[in-house]
Amino acid sequence: MAGSSILQDWIVAPRGERKLVETEIEMPQQRVALIDLELGEVGTIDRISLPPADEHFLMRMGFFPGAQVRFCRRAPLGDPSVYSVDGTEIALRAETARHIVVQRTGLAPLGDLA
Amino acid sequence: MTSILTSGCCDTPSGPAIALDERNGEERGGGIRTVALIGPPNSGKSTLFNRLTRLRQKVGNYPGVTVEQRVGLLAGGGNEIKIIDLPGVYSLTPYSDDERVAVDVLSGKMNGMPRPDAVLLVLDVTHLSRHLVLAAPVIALGLPTLVLLNMADVFAKGGGSLDVLKLAKELGTPVAMVSATQETGLDVVERFLRQDRDTNPSALLPVIPVSGDLPQCRKWASQVGNRIDYQRHLPSTWSRRLDDIFLHKFWGPLIFMIVVGAVFQTVFGLGQPMSTAFQDLLTKLGQQAAPFIHEGLLRSLLLDGLWKGLSSVLVFLPQILLLFLFIGVLEDSGYLARAALIADRTMRSVGLNGKAFIPLLSAYACAVPAIMATRTIENKRDRIATILIAPFMTCSARLPIYTLLIAAFIPDRPVVGVFLSARACAMLSLYVLGFLAAIVTAKLLKSSVLKSNAAPFVLELPEYRTPTLHSIGLRLFDRARVFLRQAGTIILAVSLLVWVLTNLPLHNGVPPQEQSVIAHLGHGIEPLIRPLGFNWKIGVGLLTSVIAREVIVGTLGTIYGTDPATHALTLQNALQHDLTFAGAMALLVFFAFAMQCTSTLAIVRRETNSWKWPVIQFAYMTVVAYTAALVVNQGLSALMR
Repeated sequence: MAGSSILQDWIVAPRGERKLVETEIEMPQQRVALIDLELGEVGTIDRISLPPADEHFLMRMGFFPGAQVRFCRRAPLGDPSVYSVDGTEIALRAETARHIVVQRTGLAPLGDLA
Repeated sequence: MTSILTSGCCDTPSGPAIALDERNGEERGGGIRTVALIGPPNSGKSTLFNRLTRLRQKVGNYPGVTVEQRVGLLAGGGNEIKIIDLPGVYSLTPYSDDERVAVDVLSGKMNGMPRPDAVLLVLDVTHLSRHLVLAAPVIALGLPTLVLLNMADVFAKGGGSLDVLKLAKELGTPVAMVSATQETGLDVVERFLRQDRDTNPSALLPVIPVSGDLPQCRKWASQVGNRIDYQRHLPSTWSRRLDDIFLHKFWGPLIFMIVVGAVFQTVFGLGQPMSTAFQDLLTKLGQQAAPFIHEGLLRSLLLDGLWKGLSSVLVFLPQILLLFLFIGVLEDSGYLARAALIADRTMRSVGLNGKAFIPLLSAYACAVPAIMATRTIENKRDRIATILIAPFMTCSARLPIYTLLIAAFIPDRPVVGVFLSARACAMLSLYVLGFLAAIVTAKLLKSSVLKSNAAPFVLELPEYRTPTLHSIGLRLFDRARVFLRQAGTIILAVSLLVWVLTNLPLHNGVPPQEQSVIAHLGHGIEPLIRPLGFNWKIGVGLLTSVIAREVIVGTLGTIYGTDPATHALTLQNALQHDLTFAGAMALLVFFAFAMQCTSTLAIVRRETNSWKWPVIQFAYMTVVAYTAALVVNQGLSALMR
């Protein structure tokens, strides 16, 4: 699947050269809502439980089943949160992220990510 | 069957790589008259369109929807080729108005639009895997297509690479690396359009998912990505470093406030004096011209009707240009998205989203540019709600009547020591009043007619970039043109109408104000406005100020100036004689709420592409203003009895 390559592409060493990092910290394989990821954690999108029009809308932005999502940061006031998917940073409100089910993949070391 | 020509290779980061289909070799001008430009949002499509047309474009609206229609002529050489700039879309599944318009135009179902003979597909090469999803349905249309991979410069600089030749083979279309901002590689467009080709190239088509099924297109896109050796470019680390500051828990909101303060201060503190100075200049010009025109009706028509109307349009330009300069810098640099992210939490409490913040803030200077700035809000319902509440914000055109009435009726004494005088307090209350009306209206709208079907709020945070002078200049030019053409004509018409009403019936020389049609109208509405504490003179002021709020000051000046009973008094004194305190307060409140601005109505009509919203807005605001003024006048009168 394209999933793992997306993750690899995101990983950049501090000096700027590309670096492949296998996710070494094994998290228990479990399904959670996107909103429940830890800061910096990566998950694989399992499904989007929203009406078709909204699901379609999110898919157009890159939130596909199978795509890797990383929880990058929270807005200063706590919500929305910024996720990186498909090489793009996209902010979603908690009310939306709650409906995206992800499979926990692991915690990407923060310092290594560009 | 197909020979593929390349000039330069994909792996060399410098210079554009081109794989151009050369089916027949000879260039015979083709049969192409109309070409559609399509691409996802943020693919640099608009910049490309501006480059290709060199601003020879017409801006309008598609019938029935709030989607902007842009048609231009391909710059340079020979027979005219029309370019249709389609709205930015990620797919051709008609879920949104934008997508429906794109599908209709491409299939030739759009009224008054010829079916395009060819398609220019713009994709951001730095986000190829996501943007390639759009390629499948576009190529499946079977029209001759040229794929332009934009942002080639950023991509190459970040070390990204791909095999353009392989991609051209995968897609069955010519592919070219271009940079719209650097203007590199664009000559390929003309070569493509002028070249002769088979009418039915579908025989050559490789396997591309034809159905609009997104997951399937997506799967295909990532497979193609693998086969063409696509290497993602390195997103610049400093973009993320900047976000560590701009989205920091403490510094983020602080910088946000400073930026917002700067925008407000500039548009209000600099824009308003500029507008005033500009207005003075235009008035002086009019006065200078006066001796050259024979005194009488013609001079009055030219100067008081036409020139005054024209001035009241032109006078908006400084503020519009200043605001769009700021918005241009903020948007192109990428900060606007961060500002929306910070503001979203607060805006949500009134049912709007973060993108409404900057437009609403700028409505404090002037609702016209603010409403034009709501284009950044994708959610149509949120956008209309923002448009509808923007005129409640205390714009600078309310200040002349506010200062006049406050100076005439509120004593200048301190309320909170040296900090706040009664006058400043009154002014502040009017600002608060407008703000509250906006919030209450937003709540009302969002819980009734404009209730969003909870469409998710999605905000893309683009990488930071240095804005270019060229693209901001184009934007300013474009906005000024749209405003002058679309709002200008309506304002001019209303100004002329008001002039005619003030000058009818015809007399020798200047007709006595008392006998003009507008005075009769003023007398006519007097029974209606008497409960508010206004006489017919104020009524005339209200009628003429539908052009623009500040016009009432001039009108009242003329009326009281020509009236023998009051002509020796200053306007302030005359008003003190003619209005009760309660009536004056009612007039202030009326102006806080009423929609006395033709420019705003005209621009709302343009932006919503129907008369429905401006009519509703005008009716709603007038009813609110009337009711509030009635309550204030009756309440205060009762209290003071």
